[in-house]
Amino acid sequence: MTTYLDMAGIGKSFSGVPVLAGVSWSLRPGEVHVLAGENGAGKTTLIKILAGVHADYEGEIRLAGDRVRFRNPGEAARCGIAAIHQDIAVVPSMNVRDNIFLGREMVGGLPWMRFRAERARAGDILSRLGLDLDLTRPLEDFPVSVRQMIEIAKALVHDARIIIMDEPTSALNEAEAGRLFEIIRDLKGQGCAIVFISHRLEEIYRIGDRITVLRDGRSIRTAAAADLGPDGLVELMVGREVDRHFPARGSRPGRPLLRAEGVSVPDPAGVKRWAVEDASFDLREGEILGVAGLRGSGNSELFHGLFGALGRGVRGRVSLDGDAYRPVSPADAIRRGLVLMTNDRKASGLVPTMSVSRNISLASLEAFSPRGWIRARRETEAARERIRSFGIKVRSADQDVATLSGGNQQKVLLARWIEARPKVLLLDEPTTGIDVGAKTEIYRLLNAWTAARKGVLLITSELPELLSLSDRILVMHRGRIMAEFDRREATQERVIRAAMGKEEQT
Amino acid sequence: MTIPTGSPQDTSLRRLFRSPAFRALAALLLVVLIGSLFNAGGAFFRWPTHRDMLRHISVFGILACGLTLVIITSGIDLAVGSVLGFSAVLFSLLSLQLGWSAWQAIPVCLLAGAACGLMSGGLVAKFKLQPFIATLAMMVFARGLAKWISGGRKVSTAVQLADGSFQYRDVPPVFEAIGSKLFGQNIAVVTLVFLACVLICFVLLAKLRWGRYLYAVGGNEEAARLSGVPVAKSKLLAYGLCGLLSAVAGICHAVQEQQGDPEAGTTYELTAIAIVVIGGTNMLGGKGGIGLTLIGAMTIGYLEKILSLNAVGEATRLMLTGLIIVGAVLFQRHRK
Repeated sequence: MTTYLDMAGIGKSFSGVPVLAGVSWSLRPGEVHVLAGENGAGKTTLIKILAGVHADYEGEIRLAGDRVRFRNPGEAARCGIAAIHQDIAVVPSMNVRDNIFLGREMVGGLPWMRFRAERARAGDILSRLGLDLDLTRPLEDFPVSVRQMIEIAKALVHDARIIIMDEPTSALNEAEAGRLFEIIRDLKGQGCAIVFISHRLEEIYRIGDRITVLRDGRSIRTAAAADLGPDGLVELMVGREVDRHFPARGSRPGRPLLRAEGVSVPDPAGVKRWAVEDASFDLREGEILGVAGLRGSGNSELFHGLFGALGRGVRGRVSLDGDAYRPVSPADAIRRGLVLMTNDRKASGLVPTMSVSRNISLASLEAFSPRGWIRARRETEAARERIRSFGIKVRSADQDVATLSGGNQQKVLLARWIEARPKVLLLDEPTTGIDVGAKTEIYRLLNAWTAARKGVLLITSELPELLSLSDRILVMHRGRIMAEFDRREATQERVIRAAMGKEEQT
Repeated sequence: MTIPTGSPQDTSLRRLFRSPAFRALAALLLVVLIGSLFNAGGAFFRWPTHRDMLRHISVFGILACGLTLVIITSGIDLAVGSVLGFSAVLFSLLSLQLGWSAWQAIPVCLLAGAACGLMSGGLVAKFKLQPFIATLAMMVFARGLAKWISGGRKVSTAVQLADGSFQYRDVPPVFEAIGSKLFGQNIAVVTLVFLACVLICFVLLAKLRWGRYLYAVGGNEEAARLSGVPVAKSKLLAYGLCGLLSAVAGICHAVQEQQGDPEAGTTYELTAIAIVVIGGTNMLGGKGGIGLTLIGAMTIGYLEKILSLNAVGEATRLMLTGLIIVGAVLFQRHRK
């Protein structure tokens, strides 16, 4: 089969540090080509070169046989290459139509916009994507999944022949991801080539035709997905044999740590309604309690409400380690031994202007500053200890946290919350956007904490992860707890069915 | 995603060159070098030139100290110049005309300045007003206060009596004290006040938990809140201290002028912001420090001194200063 795109001997360095070296791979029309590799393997850099973001690189790119060299994203777009980057690049305050045509506005002879033509074309494209949206509404009115679709719509406006998707499903739930895969199949059918990056193995095998594995900036191997099993893939990515995905755990849950009775949480958007209604559960010592639910099910709001992040509006009775507890503020929750790691490390997790060590100590500063004076040496030593035991890859504890890879940043956040010495951890998507190696290490940390009799409430949209890690699983749907499964009785099908609001058939 | 982790190229020397303190110092050294080239017949090499530069820049430097605290929380305080004017007038009224002792007048002025800052801070922290708008309002309001309590006239030792004639009062000793120079006339007291303000801010920012809170709030407010940082109180602290330091500057200004001018400090906020920015404190918040502001104050101070020593006209001086601010900031910009 002929190739449409060839990248040969691609190399790229940042301030003298090689990030890519001698990477070669090719893309055929109508295929979904997965780029696989750990964080820092060079996937994102490679696609940024292809998309014209990085203009200075070594090597050669051939598009349909012709040598090309893009100096900026605009040139790449004109050659039919569209990239959907990790951080969704839409303008939330602008309406749907203007977002779709951003940078490619249809103008007449004079610099007047041809709104009617744009509307017709946008309608066309959206219907191809199976969407029916009010084009004049600002994009911020729509959920993240729609914004993702708008990115794809932008690619289609450009008549893209190559569409690059960098972790497109990380912000989507199962149903939305399924919809995205249907669209990808349609695009394939129309002869588009898709470059697909994902950290989720099941997705890779669900949608990928061929896989190219990158490791430490080199292309290790390209193979048909059918010829390369998940175990082999992970081995190639990590460069060593990974013994087990989910380490085994001998859990014997003890007495209740966190008990909620009839807890209701107000909608954080300020709308007069409950995001969580009448939730009751208990979490025991040494237990991981999974909280499943589609986006909007209220599981994330439940965490925020219990943590006091939504203020004093939470109703119901909660007890924490035997004492009555009323969510008031994050500061109060932390003091009482309840911590929340949010699902968005950029927006509400890291302080990017601070060093690794200061990020780690942030939630436990009072312990490091008796009478208000910070004991710098004690702080650094504690951070170094966490860096070592968590296996965080840094040059020094004083390094800016913003320079770390996603997985290491995630570990810094976990270190922050463990440093606060909690009894109960609320973890909202602790493994988003991080590589297999880092995930396994986070599983190992979870096990260590449950062995130390801490309790964990866990949200993760990766069902296999949820099923393997949780001792019990609560399933939420529209703000209510629909079902509770024991570890042994939980299956993907049962959890999804409950999450979509279907009662258990008995 | 690409991290130069432990690469040989990233030596500690390289990191030093990239540090903001190094870049700020380099800019200062460059200005001093220019000064020694254009030394106006050796005037630049005499200590009184440096002493006067320091004395002149001190009032601006004190304002810049307070602004540094606010800018680190990713805010801005446009009211520093007006609060300076207000407290200069208040101090002159109390001590020159009403005959209060320094120990009564100074604390009252400081409290008044802090109250102005806390009001801005309250609008920002509690009512979620944008710092630019809240402090713009305070800038106008404090200027009004200054004009109101002074009746729009300069407050000096001349007291108008009932018959319309003027009586001149003695200048109180506190004016002499703050206005004087120490160590054999070698350093001005206002410069020492400025350095004391730098020291206090340094301790707060580098050594105290509350200083860390200011950086956290400026770096990522939501993350700070969810980590238990008292965000509102941190902002109140920054704006309150900024107001207090503006009052300190106001007292110094009144002493230097021997009067309280209700127009005093107009546009001073711009010079103070320039000092903070030239020092290298990031206007986006979360990064910077008071040492940088000290360096920035000296850079601006030397710049103006050199230009005036060489009798450069005001028009050229202003244009050059504008260009140099841009140059310094471009030079310091952290390259990604």
